[in-house]
Amino acid sequence: MAQMVCVAVLTTCCVACVSIPEGTIPAKNDPWEGFNRNVYSFNDTLDDYVIRPITKVYEAVLPVAARNAISNVFGNVGDVFTAVNQLLQGKPGLAASDVARVMANTTFGIAGIFDVASHFGLEKHMEDFGQTFGVWGFSDGPYMVLPFLGPSNVRDTVGWAFDIKTDVLGSAITDVPVRNSVLGLRAIDQRSKFLNASSLIETAAFDRYSFVRDAYTQRRRSRILDGKLPPDEDDNYTQDPEAKTEKKLP
Amino acid sequence: MKNMRFTFIPFMMQRRIMILAMMLMASVATSHFSYAQAVDATPDGLVKFMVNDIMSSIRSDKEIMSGNINKVIALVDTKIVPYTDFGRTTQLAMGKNWSKATPEQQKLIVTEFKTLLIRTYAGALTQVKDQKIIFKPFRMDPADLEAVVRTSVIDKGDPVQLDYRLEKVGDGWKFYDLNVLGAWLIEAYRGQFNNQINASGIDGLIKFLQDRNIALAKAK
Repeated sequence: MAQMVCVAVLTTCCVACVSIPEGTIPAKNDPWEGFNRNVYSFNDTLDDYVIRPITKVYEAVLPVAARNAISNVFGNVGDVFTAVNQLLQGKPGLAASDVARVMANTTFGIAGIFDVASHFGLEKHMEDFGQTFGVWGFSDGPYMVLPFLGPSNVRDTVGWAFDIKTDVLGSAITDVPVRNSVLGLRAIDQRSKFLNASSLIETAAFDRYSFVRDAYTQRRRSRILDGKLPPDEDDNYTQDPEAKTEKKLP
Repeated sequence: MKNMRFTFIPFMMQRRIMILAMMLMASVATSHFSYAQAVDATPDGLVKFMVNDIMSSIRSDKEIMSGNINKVIALVDTKIVPYTDFGRTTQLAMGKNWSKATPEQQKLIVTEFKTLLIRTYAGALTQVKDQKIIFKPFRMDPADLEAVVRTSVIDKGDPVQLDYRLEKVGDGWKFYDLNVLGAWLIEAYRGQFNNQINASGIDGLIKFLQDRNIALAKAK
């Protein structure tokens, strides 16, 4: 499988051979831009011809209620994982809130089919190892586009390796075909949440690759701070924007 | 009789003056009242008004719910654009490139970028269904000239962060930056403007935006 992936990625890289558009200013956090653009285009093609069509069929076949139920069940399992990362990030209060979510949704929400916790006012959070490492002080490292998975960076890629190691679904289900089906379903569920996003980016971005990269970098930094503004942001916002960008880079 | 008439007329005039005075007072009172109620008097009030207004307009329109993008664009024009400062958005997104453009070029860039953003907002709004908007607690100092209003859109179980950055313009507030899922729009566009201008100059940027808008208008 891994070999097939490598061959597929390398083939598209050689066939498509996307080059950096002329006049592009090299981004400090993207030294591997040439390679990344190729993987990006591979993912894009894969999405156009395989993943998005499957997701559309999924949305057409299953009624909203069923899809929401599936989404909630995966979300409930994900909350356990989030709670663990909250603890690792030194946020016991939020960890407790996430554990309470899991308890409420597993019992009153019938095995997680209904997200009753959100109705009780317990907000859903999403924490992963990439964010945990960020909280611990690891910087982003160079930007990377991973085949199949999309935007990432060195820290988040290491984080992702820990994510799959600790994935409850991956380790609890021993029957391989069942496990693969479950993981595949989860991937489609994830994709269906952002089905509209790709057309929005296509409208909004001058150059999709760099737009996605810059937005991803911003989003991950914001997630690590749990959405709080860096203390200096407000003061600098109206000033020279360049000065601020410089300041934010670690 | 003559005497009565004499007293009667002043009485009528008195009444008229009274009524006029009352009307005047009432109009002053209502104008004060409407000032206090102006939708853009506070940042959080404005965002709440704008969001609720557009969501209910969309939900009550069958054509929009079935995906008529041009109707959504018209709606964005009337319900959102009056409370935005696209000039500020464009200027900040262009950063140091802003001063490289002549006033005429600046005007063109704002117009084209505004058209592109309106279309993007409209595209996002075609997804409005039964999402719930949660307005996060908001506080500000009365002297503040900038404010961030935080909201969360609950869509398919996952909260989607959507924050608005506003500035005080005269007595009211206007929004000029959006945060979607942790990324601020202006910051995400800085690299886009930088690269486009580096590649083809200010005129190239204008041409690029014009072509993009024409293509998008044709596509739907």
